[in-house]
Order: sequence, then C-alpha cells, then structure tokens
Amino acid sequence: MTDITMQIETPTETPEIPVDQERGSLTQGQLIWRRFLKNRLAVAGGIVILLFYVIMVVFPGFFGTYNYNTQREDAIYAPPQLPQWRDEEGKFHLRPFVYGLETELDFASFEWVHIVDKSKKYPVYFITRGEEYRLFGLFRTNIHLFGVEPPGTFFLFGTDDLGRDLFSRVLQGGQISLTVGLVGVILTIILGSVLGTISGYYGGVMDNIIQRIVELMMSFPDIPLWAALAAALPPEWSPAKTFFAISVILSLRNWTGLARQVRAKVLAYREEDYAVAAQAMGASDRRIILIHMLPNAASHIIVIATLSIPGMILAETSLSFLGLGIQPPIVSWGVLLQQAQQVSVVLERPWLLLPGFFVVLAVLSFNFLGDGIRDAADPYSN
Amino acid sequence: MTAFIGRRLVSMVFTMVLVSIVGFIIINLPPGTYLDVYRAQLMVQGTSTADQQIQALEKRYALDKPVYYQYVKWISGFVRGDFGRSFQYNREVKELVWNRMGFTVVVSIASLLFSWLIALPIGIYSATHKYSFGDNIFTFFSFIGLSVPSFLVALVLMVVSSRVFGASVGGLFSRAYQDAPWSWAKFVDFLQHLWIPVIVVGMSGTAGLVRMMRGNLLDILNMQYVQTARAKGLSENIVIYKHAVRNALHPLVMSLGMSLPGIISGSTVVSIVLSLPTTGPLYFNALRSQDMFLAGTFLVFMAVMLVVGNFLADIALAVVDPRIRYE
Amino acid sequence: MAVEQKELAVGQELVRIEDLHTQFFTEQGIVKAVDGVTFSIEQGKTLGVVGESGCGKSITAMSIMRLLPEPRGRIVKGKITFFPPQQNNINQTSVDITALDRHSSQMRGIRGRHIAMIFQEPMTSLNPVYTVGDQIIEAIQLHQQVDRDTARARAIEVLEQVDIPDPERRISEYPHQMSGGQRQRAMIAMALSCYPSLLIADEPTTALDVTIQAKILRNMRDLQQEYGMSIMLITHDLGVIGRMADEVLVMYVGKKVEQAEVRNIFHNPLHPYTQGLMKSIPLIGLKDKKLVPITGSVPSPFNLPTGCYFAPRCPQAMDRCRREAPPETEPEPGHFVSCWLYK
Repeated sequence: MTDITMQIETPTETPEIPVDQERGSLTQGQLIWRRFLKNRLAVAGGIVILLFYVIMVVFPGFFGTYNYNTQREDAIYAPPQLPQWRDEEGKFHLRPFVYGLETELDFASFEWVHIVDKSKKYPVYFITRGEEYRLFGLFRTNIHLFGVEPPGTFFLFGTDDLGRDLFSRVLQGGQISLTVGLVGVILTIILGSVLGTISGYYGGVMDNIIQRIVELMMSFPDIPLWAALAAALPPEWSPAKTFFAISVILSLRNWTGLARQVRAKVLAYREEDYAVAAQAMGASDRRIILIHMLPNAASHIIVIATLSIPGMILAETSLSFLGLGIQPPIVSWGVLLQQAQQVSVVLERPWLLLPGFFVVLAVLSFNFLGDGIRDAADPYSN
Repeated sequence: MTAFIGRRLVSMVFTMVLVSIVGFIIINLPPGTYLDVYRAQLMVQGTSTADQQIQALEKRYALDKPVYYQYVKWISGFVRGDFGRSFQYNREVKELVWNRMGFTVVVSIASLLFSWLIALPIGIYSATHKYSFGDNIFTFFSFIGLSVPSFLVALVLMVVSSRVFGASVGGLFSRAYQDAPWSWAKFVDFLQHLWIPVIVVGMSGTAGLVRMMRGNLLDILNMQYVQTARAKGLSENIVIYKHAVRNALHPLVMSLGMSLPGIISGSTVVSIVLSLPTTGPLYFNALRSQDMFLAGTFLVFMAVMLVVGNFLADIALAVVDPRIRYE
Repeated sequence: MAVEQKELAVGQELVRIEDLHTQFFTEQGIVKAVDGVTFSIEQGKTLGVVGESGCGKSITAMSIMRLLPEPRGRIVKGKITFFPPQQNNINQTSVDITALDRHSSQMRGIRGRHIAMIFQEPMTSLNPVYTVGDQIIEAIQLHQQVDRDTARARAIEVLEQVDIPDPERRISEYPHQMSGGQRQRAMIAMALSCYPSLLIADEPTTALDVTIQAKILRNMRDLQQEYGMSIMLITHDLGVIGRMADEVLVMYVGKKVEQAEVRNIFHNPLHPYTQGLMKSIPLIGLKDKKLVPITGSVPSPFNLPTGCYFAPRCPQAMDRCRREAPPETEPEPGHFVSCWLYK
C-alpha cells in the first residue's frame, strides 16, 4: 500500500469547546445543582412541594384549625370565613378577626342558612389550644397554629355536608394524596429498574417474557384497569391495608414505562466500551450491572420518578373521586372532591372545589420540579 | 409491507388473547362467585324459580368445571358475541355494550384528532421559536394542562356554563333528541354537545403532545441532514416542514398507541361528570356493584380498542418511516 | 433548458475572505471561533484547511455558507466576497456574502448552486425518510428550471460519476439501505448536481475506513478536473492534505498561523505549530524518525493567553511571544506566517 496515513496526534484530547477552569473544578453534583437553581419554576415547584410535605404530611393537625373529623349540625355547608383586618368603621386591627356566623333553618326549603353577623368579632389567635388531634398519629395534643375562641368559628375554606371544617380536611387529605404517590413511585422504581435491567442485560427469553408483560399491561387503559383492581379489594380490609393496596395497584401499570426506558439505557450501555472492558476483565454480570450500569441510569430513574409522582396523585384523585380508591373515613383530595360531583351542589357551594386547587398546585409543582431536574441532570441540555 | 402487517397481526391476536385472560381474571377477582351476588338478588325478590335459574347459569358458565374450562367457555361466547349477563341490569351484556362503545369510540377519536390538530402547530411554533415569549407562554399552559385532572376541568366547565348560559351542558344530546331516531337535526344537536367532552378529554393529551413535538423537533433540528437541506439552498420553511417536521412526527405516531389509553381513561372519568352515554358511567357503576361480567366485558373491549389502535399506529409508522417498512 | 456546465478560468479569485471574525455568544462568555482570518480560494484549485478540533476551520466554512446558528453564533466583523465565475462571457458582479440576509433568496441561490457543502457524518447527512434520488432531484429542481425527468436523468448521471454502481436502481433507495461510503458518495453527488464553483468538504472521509477513503478522494480529484471547480477541504488529516491540496492554511484557536503552497508546508514548515504537526506524523519507511507530540493542550476559549496563543506550548517561545500577538509576515513569496521568529 502506498498511501501513507498521517494523523495529527496531540497527547490530550480536546473537546470542541473546552470548559473553562472554574467550571472544570466543580463536581458533577455541584454542576447539576447550579443548573437546577437557575430554573426558577423548578425551584418554586420544589419549595411548594417541601411546604406541602411539611404542612400536610408531617403536621396536618397542627396547621389545621380543627379536628378534620368533627361534625357540626349547626354548621352544615358553612361558607368560607375570611380573616378581616378592617372593621365596619374602617378601623384597622393589627390582629385579624373573623365575624360571627349565625345559622338559621329556612322553613321553606328546610335547609340551613348561614348569615354573617358583623356585630360579633372573634380575634384570631396564633399557637392556640383547640380541638384535640394526634401528632404523628401517636401523641394527643390540642395545639393549633391558629384559631378563634368559641363560640366563634373560623372555617377558612367553609364546611362540608356534615359541617366538617374543609381547611383541616384539605390538609389531612393531602397527607394521604401525597404519600400514595410516593409509595407508588418507590414500588415503580424497584419493579421498573430491576425488570428493565434484567430485560436489557440478559436479553433472550427473559427479555421476551418481560416485554410481553409490559405490552400486556400497556394494552389496558390505566384508570379503568386501576378501578377494576381497586374494586376487587375486599371491603373488610382496614384503611391502612387498602391504602397500601391502592399504591401497589397504581405502580402495577406504571412500572412498565420505566422498565422500557431502563432497558433501552442498559442496551446502550452494554455496547459501550467500559462495559465491554469490564466484561473482558472477567467482571461478573452482577458486578457490571451494579457498579457500572445502575449509577449511569440513576439520574434517569430519578427524573422518571419525579415525573411520575404527579400521575399517581392524579390517578388516586380520580379513583377516589369515583368512589373506587381511598374510602372514607380516611380522607384524600379525591375523597373530598367526591362532594363536588354534582354540578347543582357546586353551584351553590363553590368552595367544595377548593381541594381541586391543591391537587393542581401539587401536580404542577411536581411537574416543574421534575422537568427542572431532568434539564439539570442532562449535561447536553442548552 | 404485507409481511410486516402479517407479523403485526399475529402479535395483535396474541396480545388480545392475553388481554382476555387478564379480563377473565379480573371478573373472577372479587371474593365469592358472581353467582352469589345474583343468588342473593333472586332470594330478595323471592322468585320461585330461583334455583332453576341459578342452575341454568351455573351450566352456562360451567361453574362446576375447572377454571381453564370456564375461561374457554367464556371466551368462546365472547367471540360469538355472547358476553354474559349483567346482574345489576338483569339484561344480557351485549344489549348494554354496543351503543355505549360506539359513543366512546366517537368521543375518543374526536378528542384524539382535536389534540393533534392543536398540538402539532403549537409544538412546531415552540420548537422553532425556542425560549421566545410565545414559547414560554405555551410551555406554561401545557404544564397546567398536564396538571389539571380532566374531571376537574369538566366540573369547572359545567359550573361556569351553568352560571353563564344558565343551562346544563352535560350529555351528548338535548332532552328532546335523547330517544329520538337519528336525523340531521339530531346529528347537529349531537355535534353541539360533542365539543365539550372533546375539549376536556383532549386537553391533557394536547399538553403532552405539545411537549413531545417541541422536544422531538428540537432534536431533529440539530441533525446533520437538516443542515444538509439548508446547504442545498432550500428555504427555511421547506427545511422545517419537509425535512424536519416529517422526521419529528415518528415518535409522535409511535406514541399514538400510547396516548390512546390516556384518552380512553380520560373519557371514562369525564363521562361521569358530564353524564355522557358512553361506557364510563356504566363501567364504574358495574365495578361499584361488583357486576363483574359487565365490567370485565367493558374492560376487555377498551383494551381491544387500544390493541387495535396500536396496530393501526404501527402501520401508520411504517408508512411514514421507510426504515421500519424495510426492517 | 438543459442542465448546463459553467466554464471556469483556473487561477482567478473565487472567494475572498477578509479579516473574518465569527463569535459564539454562550452562557459562559464569548467564544472567538474565528478571529481575524484572511485568505482567498482560487478557481479550480484546492485549499486545504488543517488544525485540531475546535480551531475554527468548520466555523469558517459555516460562515461562508451562512449556516451559523444565528444569533448565538454570528459573523461580527469581516467580509466574504464571492466572485461568480464568468458565464456566457458575461461578467457577473461580486457579492458580499456577509451583507446578505442568510434567509434571502440571493443567499439561497448561492448555497447549493454556487457553493455546495458536504459534511463529516455520512450516516446522518441524508434525510432518512426520503430516497437518495428524491434528495438529489430536490436540489437540482431547486436551482434549475428543469422537469422531473431531466432532473432524474441528471441525478443518475451524477450518481454514476461518483462511482455508485447501478445508479438507476439505487436512486430509489433510502439512505439506510446504503453503506457509509455510498452515502458519502451520494452526498458528493448531491453537492455536484448543480455544478457548483466551490465545494466545501468538511472532513469528508474522516468517518470512513482507509481504503474507501482513498477511493473517494481519488474520485473527488477526478471530478474536480471534470467540473473545473474549487474545493475547500477541511481536515485534521495531513495525509489527505498531501494528496489533495494545492494550497494549505493552518489554523490554531481561531487564527490563521501559516499559509503556503502544499510543497512548502510539508518541506519547509515555518511556524513552530506546523513544525510540531509535521513531527507528530508517523511516516512509514523512516525508522530513525521519532514521533514527537506537541506538549500541553489547546487553551480554553474562555481563558486565552495574552500574546501568541501557541506560546505556552511552543518550544521556541520568547518573552515577546507571551506579551504581544505576532503580525503576519511573508518570509518567502506566497508563504505567510504569524510568528515572531520571522519578524
């Protein structure tokens, strides 16, 4: 051969646009964190979620005004009472107050009618004693963030058909709605990443079987399938058991998407040089998967997880809304929205839609957060 | 191409068999046999022929035989159009299913078309005007669209329209046409009612599609062949629509099969709020009252719709992508 | 009107690039991808542009084509003048490419028609959903008023010229049905289909294996003769340069460091960077010759040294090199270099 191949060889590889010194000294984690902080919507979403979890999952009783289950015959469908700072004469009060609420029976329709009684003012106290609840489900206590002295009432979001305080119920419902998603996602991650990895790494019969199952699960529309499985739960099960079963059911269809993506990632990694090198050096399959592949897929899995929590929350809400998910007396946002199923009822009492606002806020925040993490974790974004 | 369709057909039939097995399992999931429910019902009515009826049903569903025999019996009936009996309505399931499936298909397809028609132009705009004001607005709204449960949208829409128009907007027909035979006037009335469920059901899908179209197109615009097309001297419009969009559509067509479950799910939940004569309300009622033959049939029907939809999406994909056609 | 060929006068200036500055505006700062480069491409000649990745050679090409990702990357200063070759004895007026709107019909009329380009990645350069023929015919019909049959005949002819066997059949194949080498040939065919006066080839054979590489290069050289066009050949492979180029331009971090006839570059490299490049080539048959890599690495575009950019890696660097950037000089006729050694 007469052709002479001549290549410019320089000792170090140079990227197209080399990174500057300062950026180069940051670890991968610091880089991701920096990029994440730049995305304002994602940071806002993260803060909302953090607040939601602290307020609703950890301390719903403390932040709520009343015990979420207290029924009041004299306050059925009471409208929301907003805190006031300025009284009728226009005088400003540093400490907010609420007006009294008079309840009368309308003899024509036999319904309770609520009238705001502006002659009575009840100041709002903070860190005050009120109705008893259990902190962490264990300790009895009666300290609430805010409240008014009886006989005054403070229904920030109004009350429901049994006169229960909707604000306290929304917080309590958040505890369930936000945890169902979390438990479901953990199961999704375990099922999805394990089966996806097996499918991608071993291929062959295992891959075929798993892919068939994935295809089968994807052949069912999700909510109807979940509903069918939820309907089959024995009614005599305890609420806690039902709650867990619902999360299992939610993850039963959800893992398929993750499994597919993990499989694709593993297939790609398997071809990459370091995996081949590891294999050539005699590393075992388990070692290759655990040491080399999973850390590579981890950021991907975290992103998928964050982005699938909102789907779970929406699913739980829809199921409970239909009466097929969480069952009363346990409350979730979906259970609360059941009260709003009749348009005629909502027309008269629009505040019953308020739990829906929290669903939207939580889901929106998770979506922003997940999107932000994805962009930050992907070194090639922007 | 024929070989391709043939292969997909075989795999479709295979999936349908698996789907029917899952459906059968779900029918049998609730504790006790479904006959227990029916028996209790008959006892309450105090029908004198109760025992005979029960025996007839036991024979019909081969309840004294092993499970696989029961399945074969059920599925062979399914193929013949005998889906079993609804205990709640005390009618044959087939009498209840057809009409409602028809409306479900119509609402689903209309929603699908709606979401594609809206999503594609927005996605293309967003990708070609990345980070512009318009893109940010669309991105924000598509996030909201992804985050609002469709039944809530339906509810709010109902409340607002009641307030504004003073009339309920539920259902697919006005009361006057409810039981009337099909006519042009009834069809117009149907269209006047159809748009609300279509918008509500299509909305969440639209948001997802916009995100997807935007992402795909951004990826494609970075491909070398887009640069090649520009280097030829083609105008930017031709580069985008003929060379880039055409390629960005593939993952979307591929996801067509995957967006169907969302549409069907959405329509089932929304149908309750909007009281549509589709499968949704009947299905959830059946589940709540453990009328499992009815529920199982609906579930299998919905799954079959999906499988067929996926099959059609695969063929569509082969039409737009030569790489798959020649695979 | 049939597709017709242009007559080219060898030796006349075709494209003149003067003091070209192309910059990228990134989050981390401004990258001066091309930093004051001047050169000309003559009719019928091949100009080789050499340098490491990121030295700005591809960006120079993209600037000529006006295919930069504007506004993120754009020409901030300088002039690119295109002199359309004489056609039917009518002298056409020259065009300043930098003054055109990149989407304008005038610019689009230059792209593909007068200046064609082929890229490094043959696997992804062709659109997967259209047949190879459709893509070539599209280019022909875009620039010439011919019907589809004429365009198709021309496409088959040009496919044959680039050594694609059985072009009548292969014209209706999709890119994925072709090998990498064939795809690159198809790309060349597409580029030649409108008889361009300049073909910009950005690493055209880098992704291909050596034997195919040699064949394609030979084919390109033959076709250059036949079409009488100029080639701007961008590569980091000095072997390709040695075989193809008439004139060579060496670039380092956005600047032109040396320019000379190909013989002078190989036998009498003046700039220490060019000398380093020559020492790092393995030459078969020269046993006693040691390979000497250039020490150090290319500086970050965000953290450029003052003075000569090559000074930190230069074995002959002087104090002055670290203070002041060297001007361009011409130590021998037609041999330009930017180095204090020759001042």
